Amino acid sequence: MSDGNVIQARGLVRRYQAEGSPIRAVDGVDLVVEAGETVSVMGPSGCGKSTLLHLLGGLERPDAGELYLDGERVDGLSETAWAVRRRRGLGFVFQAFHLVDELTAVENVELPALLLGASRRDARRRAMDLLERLGVAERAGHLPDRLSGGERQRVAVARALVNDPLVVLADEPTGNLDSHATGDLLRLFAELREARQALLIVTHDARVASIADRLLTMRDGAIVAQTRLGPGTSAAGVLASLAELGGDG
Amino acid sequence: MRDVILSLLAKEPAHGYELRQRLVQALGPVGGALNPGQVYVTLSRLERAGLVEASEVAQPNHPDKKVYELTASGRERVEAWLADVTWSKVAPLEFHLKLVAAAATRLADPVALVDSQRLELRRELRQLQELALAEPPDSDGALLLEGASLRLQADIRWLEACERRWVERESR
Repeated sequence: MSDGNVIQARGLVRRYQAEGSPIRAVDGVDLVVEAGETVSVMGPSGCGKSTLLHLLGGLERPDAGELYLDGERVDGLSETAWAVRRRRGLGFVFQAFHLVDELTAVENVELPALLLGASRRDARRRAMDLLERLGVAERAGHLPDRLSGGERQRVAVARALVNDPLVVLADEPTGNLDSHATGDLLRLFAELREARQALLIVTHDARVASIADRLLTMRDGAIVAQTRLGPGTSAAGVLASLAELGGDG
Repeated sequence: MRDVILSLLAKEPAHGYELRQRLVQALGPVGGALNPGQVYVTLSRLERAGLVEASEVAQPNHPDKKVYELTASGRERVEAWLADVTWSKVAPLEFHLKLVAAAATRLADPVALVDSQRLELRRELRQLQELALAEPPDSDGALLLEGASLRLQADIRWLEACERRWVERESR
């Protein structure tokens, strides 16, 4: 069952009651994320992409369908079992960062490791290593409100990585970032992609989506298109078109 | 301009003034701002190139008018233009007209054109990202590529609006 897939979903359905009539926010989604793969999910607001991420991360439960993490079926897990599974196998990055305001950057990052039973010393070492790798080590002792948006999101990514997750699930990770900070985060995601850290990114930002190996397009709760973006074959054409200064042919 | 005029002729033969009207209709106020002479200059160039044929049509109380129609090679060129994914970097005027022409002539499905164009732009964006990532983060080169990526990102968002519109129109 495992065969190298960190996530496998079959026929996932999630319904909501909206003004009396049920709507299918996620309507029969089949999805696979392979080990080391970067997948992005795009689609208009309300297409169900965030709900899909919540289902994959156990933050919401499907009304139908099967979900496997690293080959282990998880859709029937209890709340407590899911909490452990999440901490052990998943990392989350959210638009609004969701850092604990009362804890410093390094304390935020080490928290999931401590909750999973790491020693203080080991948790601190891993947290500092990650902050170093993400270029925010000098901000380790600051509270989140002393950090810029871009720095906060880097700390959040470090927290997502601290337990060495199977896959990082990112929901609109650049939604609160300006263009420059978005560029920095893209660079970081590309490094994670090169390091073969599996990554699933839900986004409405085509720049963010374009770093993925595979792009899924959602509409009305269903995946309607799959595009393999792969590594670019040749940049020459793109560069040539950028160098054009206009003129009528 | 040549391909635009050819595409406007693809639906049915027309004289210069009608073509200008079609252009204005397709472009709104932007079309109104186009130089009227350009249509006629382009038509005679197209005639010399064998892409359109002109015939004189007599009109009561008016001078004869010249009606243009596509030749076989003109039609081939329109079809090649519709299938071509070269992208205007300035304004999406050409692609907008491509969709209008595709819908009017039924030579192509506008939604399918939007899809293949979006795929092309996503691949370009991916290449831009890779070029940008290869540059030092704070270099001028990275900044230029960021600008180019943002423009492509905006283009892709506009294609999404095109898709919504043309899906709605086709379902009417």
